Amino acid sequence: MKHSKQVQDLSLGGTNKAMRKVDLTTVAVGDELPELSKPAITRTTLAYFCGASNDHNPIHVDSDFAQASGKDDVFAHGMLDMAYMGQLLTNWVPQSAIVSFGVKFGAIVYVGDEITCRGVISDRIETDLGFNLVIKLKATDQRGEVKLTGEAVIRQ
Amino acid sequence: MSDQQYINQPFPPLVVDVEVWQLKFFAKAVGETDPIYFDEELAQQAGHRSILAPPTYAVTLGCAVPDPFERVRLLGIDVTKLLHTNQYFEYFAPIYARDQITFVATILDFYEKGRGKFQFMVEETEARNQFGELTTRFKQTVVERRE
Repeated sequence: MKHSKQVQDLSLGGTNKAMRKVDLTTVAVGDELPELSKPAITRTTLAYFCGASNDHNPIHVDSDFAQASGKDDVFAHGMLDMAYMGQLLTNWVPQSAIVSFGVKFGAIVYVGDEITCRGVISDRIETDLGFNLVIKLKATDQRGEVKLTGEAVIRQ
Repeated sequence: MSDQQYINQPFPPLVVDVEVWQLKFFAKAVGETDPIYFDEELAQQAGHRSILAPPTYAVTLGCAVPDPFERVRLLGIDVTKLLHTNQYFEYFAPIYARDQITFVATILDFYEKGRGKFQFMVEETEARNQFGELTTRFKQTVVERRE
């Protein structure tokens, strides 16, 4: 099930993806965004994100350090999950449509976790320029544990 | 407590150049497939000034200093016990590769919960580009778990 979804997501990827955004006039409260499933987090993922994100806290990349700090193992940066959630949004609308984007980090993301990001349109607010949509966001792992919740406001 | 002296006092501005290579590296690290986030030519063809910085990237730029944890250390927080609990962005203008962004961070709140077991810090940062435009304002909450 999970794998078929990943294949489907990949088929929507590629270089022309930027051209294919949703037409917001066709969506309604209750509609779900196309979900985004990411591959399992590896130590390599965390090493890359450590370097790429400028967050060099060793707790995310150095198992010896993590264990000396009382943790079982290294764990993912919260901002990695939020970056994934950002991709859910920018796969759906141009980034310029995002008015605000906020998350609450709920549970630790460990090595081996497979994160799936989902969003649902929860409200539509009329504005001077058209309308804004409120999107409720949720990221879960392969066991269904909620790792992150949030909200984004999208302008028409 | 004495730590309250840091609240609502903007810290000195931090000026950061947005590097092409680092945006490409970030795109690779998060498995980005949309080329406007890693290919300057295709980004420009799509109408962008350069490679577009993704929605969370201002936090990464704000960490581009010798010690990104300087402010939390100033408050006596142990970085190894630090967890990020909330992150919020408001967007006003895009950030592109080759921009120069000036960050001004302000600690909004510093408080404890659970009889001192949890120490929270809330910080807000404004990021302006080389044209003086506000690009994003973001707020983050971190917590130190004190055993």
